[in-house]
Amino acid sequence: MMPFIPVLLWSDILLWLLVAVCIAGAVMARRSEHILTSWRRIAGSANGMAALTVLAAFFLIGLLDSVHYRPRLAQQTGVSISAANYGVEVLSLLDALAAPLKNNSEKTYSAPLATRLFSKETIEEAVVGTDGGTAAGTDARIVRDYPRLIYGGAHLGADTAGAGQDMLVTGLIGAALGLAVWLVMAWLLRAMLPDGRGRKSVLATLAVLLLIFAPLLALSTHYHVFGTDKVGQDVFYLTLKSIRTGLLIGTLTTLIMLPAAVLLGILAGYAGGWIDDVVQYLYTTLNSIPGVLLIAAAVLMMQVVIDTHPQWFATAAERADARLLALCAILGMTSWTGLARLLRGEALKLRELEYVQAALAFGVPRLAIMLRHILPNVMHIVLIAVVMDFSGLVLAEAVLSYVGIGVDPSTISFGTMINAARLELAREPVVWWSLTAAFAFMFALVLAANLFADVVRDAFDPRTRMSP
Amino acid sequence: MSEMLAVTDLAVTIQTPRGLARPVDGVSFSIAAGEVFALLGESGCGKSMTALSLLRLLPEAGSIAGGSVRFAGRELLAMSEQEMREVRGGGMAMIFQEPATSLNPVMTVGAQIAEVLGVKGEAARLLGVELLDSVGIPDAGRRLDEYPFQLSGGMKQRVMIAMALAGEPKLLIADEPTTALDVTIQAQVLDLLDDLRKSRGMALLLISHDLGVVAEMADRIGVMYAGQLVEVAPRDAFFSSARHPYSKKLFAALPDMSRRTSLLETIAGSVPAPTNIFKGCRFADRCGFAKSVCGSQAPPWVVAGEGHSVRCHFPDAENIAVQQLEEIRQPVSSHAPLLETRELKLHFPIRKGIFKRTVGHVRAVDGVTLALAQGRTLALVGESGCGKTTVAKAILQLLRSSSGSVMLSGQELTTLSNSGLKPWRGAMQMIFQDPYASLNPRLRVGEIIAEGMRTLLPGGADKQKIATLLASVGLDADMAGRYPHEFSGGQRQRIAIARALAVEPRLLICDEPTSALDVSVQAQILNLLRDLQQRLGLAYLFITHNIAVVDFLAHEVAVMYLGRIVEQGTVDEVLRNPQHPYTLALVAAVPSIVATEGKDKAPPLSGDMPSSSHPPTGCHFHPRCPRAMDVCRREYPKASQLSATRRVHCQLFL
Ligand SMILES: Nc1ncnc2c1ncn2[C@@H]1O[C@H](COP(=O)(O)OP(=O)(O)OP(=O)(O)O)[C@@H](O)[C@H]1O
Ligand code: SF4
Ligand code: SF4
Ligand SMILES: [Mg+2]
Repeated sequence: MMPFIPVLLWSDILLWLLVAVCIAGAVMARRSEHILTSWRRIAGSANGMAALTVLAAFFLIGLLDSVHYRPRLAQQTGVSISAANYGVEVLSLLDALAAPLKNNSEKTYSAPLATRLFSKETIEEAVVGTDGGTAAGTDARIVRDYPRLIYGGAHLGADTAGAGQDMLVTGLIGAALGLAVWLVMAWLLRAMLPDGRGRKSVLATLAVLLLIFAPLLALSTHYHVFGTDKVGQDVFYLTLKSIRTGLLIGTLTTLIMLPAAVLLGILAGYAGGWIDDVVQYLYTTLNSIPGVLLIAAAVLMMQVVIDTHPQWFATAAERADARLLALCAILGMTSWTGLARLLRGEALKLRELEYVQAALAFGVPRLAIMLRHILPNVMHIVLIAVVMDFSGLVLAEAVLSYVGIGVDPSTISFGTMINAARLELAREPVVWWSLTAAFAFMFALVLAANLFADVVRDAFDPRTRMSP
Repeated sequence: MSEMLAVTDLAVTIQTPRGLARPVDGVSFSIAAGEVFALLGESGCGKSMTALSLLRLLPEAGSIAGGSVRFAGRELLAMSEQEMREVRGGGMAMIFQEPATSLNPVMTVGAQIAEVLGVKGEAARLLGVELLDSVGIPDAGRRLDEYPFQLSGGMKQRVMIAMALAGEPKLLIADEPTTALDVTIQAQVLDLLDDLRKSRGMALLLISHDLGVVAEMADRIGVMYAGQLVEVAPRDAFFSSARHPYSKKLFAALPDMSRRTSLLETIAGSVPAPTNIFKGCRFADRCGFAKSVCGSQAPPWVVAGEGHSVRCHFPDAENIAVQQLEEIRQPVSSHAPLLETRELKLHFPIRKGIFKRTVGHVRAVDGVTLALAQGRTLALVGESGCGKTTVAKAILQLLRSSSGSVMLSGQELTTLSNSGLKPWRGAMQMIFQDPYASLNPRLRVGEIIAEGMRTLLPGGADKQKIATLLASVGLDADMAGRYPHEFSGGQRQRIAIARALAVEPRLLICDEPTSALDVSVQAQILNLLRDLQQRLGLAYLFITHNIAVVDFLAHEVAVMYLGRIVEQGTVDEVLRNPQHPYTLALVAAVPSIVATEGKDKAPPLSGDMPSSSHPPTGCHFHPRCPRAMDVCRREYPKASQLSATRRVHCQLFL
């Protein structure tokens, strides 16, 4: 009997498919000189490689969070041994790795690195007897104080005076470990990447990342480094979980819209005539409906459908996943127009180019011309658009979830975290750490994506490629 | 003679990814007041960079590495940027090759001129009108309020010249000022430059690759090669007895009638990259006279005559022997024509508004009748925009004609469907003007050549065939695995020719196949085309605006103006003895390297070609025709047959 059964969520399948496509693309690109030179330009750019390193770290977390399973429940006495029981909760590899973070829930808010709760509560305190301990344990006093956390700094015991020193030591140990990891990685990268600005920048970025995260990880074994939220969940854990949601929205949305955008864009530009009119009409109409309204309507409809068909989903995770995918699809429906318009313009231009005319003079069928002559020559636009759209979509998720038409409330995302922070900011004293953590992570992700997009555009755009 | 500009040992370096480039490497020359000095050379040999460094307008990564530039007695290289700006405004001015991109598209002409003048309001207007008048722009007051897109190419170049004149420069630098213009417009602009020079006593540094333009304009000539001057000579000495092997090759590469039965001289290889480090003569690996000393020792300047010096070890080597063709040209074939068009018309609808209502037509091709026999070459000449390319596309059925007929070997093509055309596709192929746009950058050369074979030939494509084809256009078989960007312009044009030949056509339409190439490369392609014609008996419809190429290659000529053929006949008839006023002007406008001093030339045509959406009534040419009569404005002249082979559309011959 297995200790778990794997669970394949649809989003997992799509995400891993995307990874497979990327790997296949990379293998094919090895044969194409154009793509290789463009990637070499990226590999030689300090900004690009730094951004890529940060993105890779995010993707690593996201992919770890995309291997799902249901653990076997501990055998209960009285239940027959043959029938194994699996929990209804769907866990991911990340959950397993971060089990302490996931499970060590406090009662409610606590500040980052705190050992006590954030607000005073009425607690019973055992009073140490003054008369030599005869009646010890029996006496209890009711006091109002900050209650001690159950897990945060638990190893220190009741005496939290040494917490600062302990954190410093743990942090330093973490940093030392980080340094060791860095050295190993530097040694590995030396063999993998050619010397140059690119590699230096990767190493520098890795150093910064490890210096920040190794101490954080070390500390997180004993403390809530980013504090806890209203129900006592570790905020660090929540931010880590949000990454997958952001990545999914950013990548799957483009993946869903891509075939439509590429097909319609090229078709409209190349075929012209009534096809062009229809496609143009379609995207002009779509564009003139306010996007948020369209999305809100579609999301609400989708919500109703999902709510009325509970039998479709075995677990809550599957339901949340379906909602996430539906959101991607809806965002994709409304955002293909930009790319389609770009591609139409480009195809319109390429159609008049002489090599297309030459192919026409050979009587090459139109479909073959589109596949051989148009598509490969607009791929750079597609790639640039995909990378550029990514950050916009991550931000869009946050906004949509904030206004309540985003992901399922049970899905952890930057948007839901920010949504929750709405009330926290109104508290006195302010609970600032959820918002700050979500904001910092999202900022890093979006900034890295934007930087990377710029570099990709420079490397792949033939206009900028001309000048050395 | 007072020296206006003295350049000594000027050197420019540019930081490039491939190393330090030296596009200008020790150039010395001087220009006297009122003199025209021409810099001549192939593309990439440092002409423009020399000009830019005189104004200290080098690109970001470039810097002046040494030498001196003395202008009107002052050293420019020692000046502050502030002083330099004054020189640029007043002393020296420059005009560029591409008039379209040198003007700001969102400012009116008047505003741009006012900006250069540095004055505002009524004063600027008056000066602006005066300047535009001086460069021969009619109706100057109205033009001041127009935007660049409302002007034709020649007009834009005039505006550029007007702006350059605003500061009353003593030296005008003109970098290929007429390369982007049609011959008739080129003649206007060159005339204007010459007048201005005479009336203002201005010196002119003219940069050109066109020997004809140089012969018409220059007093002295400097030939540049790989960043250095290799020969400096007065015009007459240069055109009668050029001494440097490179100069001689340039002359021998020029196509013209006298070389019809000979091969054009070509220069093997290409200009070396400016990042090269040279030891001996820079021309050594392309020079037919090179001896061992050339490879090891840089040649010294040798004085060859009054004001004439050459940088060569063997300036007295005899002239290049002309290689005679073995076969004589085939006699006129009297077979039925391979290609025949009759009253071919192609009108592009002009659509406006949301409902795309047709509001008019561009009459790009408006009744073209041509005939071409197997093994012959028919040249189609005319100014840009007169509809030459459209004729080609209509013959190939890439564009469907509005009316008229196209017959290939007696088969009517205009009525065939796309699938019906398929058997005929292989018989007619096209070679395009721009070798950089005519090959798909994402496909390997082998795949590019195979494309037509796979669609049209029953046997499909195989390696052996591709190798044979590459060999037949003078390329190596192993080049099939490479991508187009690894090839030079001339090589790309060869690939394009191989692609067309792959399907064994009988008719090849060549749309300005050499206009984007240097003279020496053009010579290679022309030799190749003629060789192919003799081996394979191809018929060429050769579209060009270069009369010299027509003279060299064509048997018959058709002259096109605004969508119609105005004169056609054999080469000798049309070019030696043009009859139609437009042909007359066209032939006269071609700058010639034969001394034309005494012979008086027809004045250049005035005005521009009208738009083909609103062609003039009657004879399309009447607004520009010096012999226009009343009847010309009313009726389009019918064809008059002047000889068995010659037909003209002009009222003078009715
Ligand atoms: N697709 C099109 N739609 C509308 N007008 C067109 C189109 N193609 C060409 N024209 C117009 O038709 C006329 C003839 O164009 P064409 O390209 O045949 O000229 P050309 O003689 O080949 O000129 P060039 O020497 O510059 O190549 C021009 O006025 C041009 O603007
Ligand atoms: S020096 Fe030698 S190689 Fe150079 S041009 Fe003269 S003969 Fe040719
Ligand atoms: S018909 Fe009249 S206007 Fe036209 S070319 Fe002849 S003389 Fe000139
Ligand atoms: Mg053309």
